Amino acid sequence: MAESSLIQIKGIRDGLLVTLGEAAWPVAQRALLERIEAQPEFFKGARLSLDVGAQALRTAELTALRDQLSERGITLWAVVSTSPVTETTAQLLGLATRLFKPSPSREAPSRTSSRAFPVAKGIDDETALWVGKTLRSGTRIEFDGHVVVLGDVNPGAEIIAGGSIIVWGRLRGFVHAGARGNRQAVICALDLAPTQLRVADEIAVPPRRHGKPQPEMVRLKDGLLQAEPWPGSEK
Amino acid sequence: MTGTVVTVTSGKGGVGKTTAVANIAVALASEGKKVVCIDGDIGLRNLDVIMGLENRIVYDIVDVVEGRCRTRQAMIRDKRLPELFLIPAAQTRDKNAVSPSDMVRLCDELRAEMDWILIDSPAGIERGFRNAVAPADRVLIVTNPEMSAVRDADRVIGLLEAEEKPAPSLIINRLNPNMVRRGDMLSVDDVYDLLRIDVIGIVPEDENVIVASNRGMPLALDGKSKAGQAFRNIARRLNGEQVPFIDLESTSLWDRLVKLAGRK
Ligand SMILES: Nc1ncnc2c1ncn2[C@@H]1O[C@H](COP(=O)(O)OP(=O)(O)OP(=O)(O)O)[C@@H](O)[C@H]1O
Ligand SMILES: [Mg+2]
Repeated sequence: MAESSLIQIKGIRDGLLVTLGEAAWPVAQRALLERIEAQPEFFKGARLSLDVGAQALRTAELTALRDQLSERGITLWAVVSTSPVTETTAQLLGLATRLFKPSPSREAPSRTSSRAFPVAKGIDDETALWVGKTLRSGTRIEFDGHVVVLGDVNPGAEIIAGGSIIVWGRLRGFVHAGARGNRQAVICALDLAPTQLRVADEIAVPPRRHGKPQPEMVRLKDGLLQAEPWPGSEK
Repeated sequence: MTGTVVTVTSGKGGVGKTTAVANIAVALASEGKKVVCIDGDIGLRNLDVIMGLENRIVYDIVDVVEGRCRTRQAMIRDKRLPELFLIPAAQTRDKNAVSPSDMVRLCDELRAEMDWILIDSPAGIERGFRNAVAPADRVLIVTNPEMSAVRDADRVIGLLEAEEKPAPSLIINRLNPNMVRRGDMLSVDDVYDLLRIDVIGIVPEDENVIVASNRGMPLALDGKSKAGQAFRNIARRLNGEQVPFIDLESTSLWDRLVKLAGRK
C-alpha cells in the first residue's frame, strides 16, 4: 500500500495535523516515521497533532511514538481519537485531546458550544469513565459521560464531565459536572475541599472546611450549588 | 557490575537538585562506591561548579553522544574521591543535542563500570527532563516545603506514573523547623499528605550548603553539618539501609521531654 494513502497532513493554526488511516498501529506508525524521514526539514521543529481515528492506544504506544517524534525534533502536543482508551491515555500524559476546544475555565459552557465538544460514538450522559488512581496536578480529564475516580483529585488537576463526578478520595482540584448544561449532574467526594466546583454554568468556591472530613454531595438546589453530607437526611 | 541509574528531578527550578546530586554522589563515593554524575542541564551547566571541577573540563556529554570522544575521556575524576566522576553538560549547546535514547545508551555503557549513575535533571517537564528520566532505574523528586514546589512535584510524579516509570521517592529540601513550628511553612506531613510517595530524605535549610557550593566542596564531606548528615542518610537509604530520620521538626518538644525526664 502506498504510504500516502495511510497519512494525511494538513497545516492548522496550532501546527501540523496528521491524520492516520485505519491501518494496524505498527503499520500506521511506521508510515508516519517514514514520511517524516523523507522530508526531515519540513517536519523539524513542528508541533504535531495526531488524529488516530478509532485506534485504542495505551501508554507504551503513545510514549514510544512521542519519543520517536521527539528524537526527530518534533513535538507531539495533541492526540485526537474517538476511542475513550486513547483519549484517557493522552490526557494522563498531558497531551491535548481537542483541537479547537472552548476553554471551560474561561467561557461559560452553553448548548451552542457543543459542536466544539464532540461526542464520541456510543458515549452519552449514562456512560461512565473509570479512573483507578489519583489525578495529580496538571492532569485534565474531559469526558462526556460520568467520571468515577478511585483516588484523590489533587490541586491543579481538572475534571470536566458531561455527567456527574464521583471521587472516592479527596477532591482538592477543579471539577465541572454537567459541563454540557446538565443541571441534574452531581459531584460527590469522601472529602470535599476543591479549588473550585461547577455544575452546568453555576460556580462555587467552597469555604475552607474545619474539622473532620465527611462524604458530601454537591448539587443544584433552587438554582444554587449546595453541599450536603452524604448520606443526607432527605432521600 | 550493574550500576543503578538515579535521576534527580523536581519540576520547579531552584529547589536543590544539583545540590542533592553533588552531595549524594560525594556521600556514596566516600562509602567506597564507584559513582558518576551526569549533568543533564545542557546549556546551564553547574554541577561542575558545585563539585569544584569546572577548570578540568575538556570534553562534555554532547562530545560523547556525537562521538568526538570516548565516554572515559569525558569523565572528570574528583579531586578528593578517586572513585567519583563527573560527565559535564555542554555550556554552549541546546538540550536537543542529546536525545532520550542517547541517554539510555550512555547509561547502559556506564552501568557496566559503576555502582551508581546519578543524573542531574534540568527543571521543567520538557526535553531535558525526558532525557534525564529515560534511563532511570530510580527517580528522586526534590521539593521544598512550599506550595508551588509541591504542586510541580505532583505534576512530575503524575507524568512518571502515566509513563509507568518506577515509583519515585521524595527529598524534602530546605525545611526550616522554626518556621514549621510557627505554622509559616508546610510540614513534612503536609507535603507527604499531598504527594503520598516514599520519603527518602528530609534536608534542613542550612546556610553552609551555600558556603560549600561556593567553595566547590559539597558539605556531605563535612561531619558536623545537619544538612550534610541528611544527604549522607539519603545515600545510605539508597544503599538499602534502614536509617532513622534526623529529628528536625519536633526538636523543641524533644528537648522539653528530655529536660522533663532529666529533672526526675
Ligand atoms: N538545604 C539547603 N539550605 C540552604 N540553601 C540551599 C539548600 N539546598 C539548596 N540550597 C541553595 O539553593 C540554591 C538552588 O540550589 P540548586 O542549584 O541545587 O537547585 P536546582 O534545583 O539544581 O536549580 P535549577 O533548577 O536551576 O537547576 C543554591 O543557591 C543552593 O546553594
Ligand atoms: Mg540545577
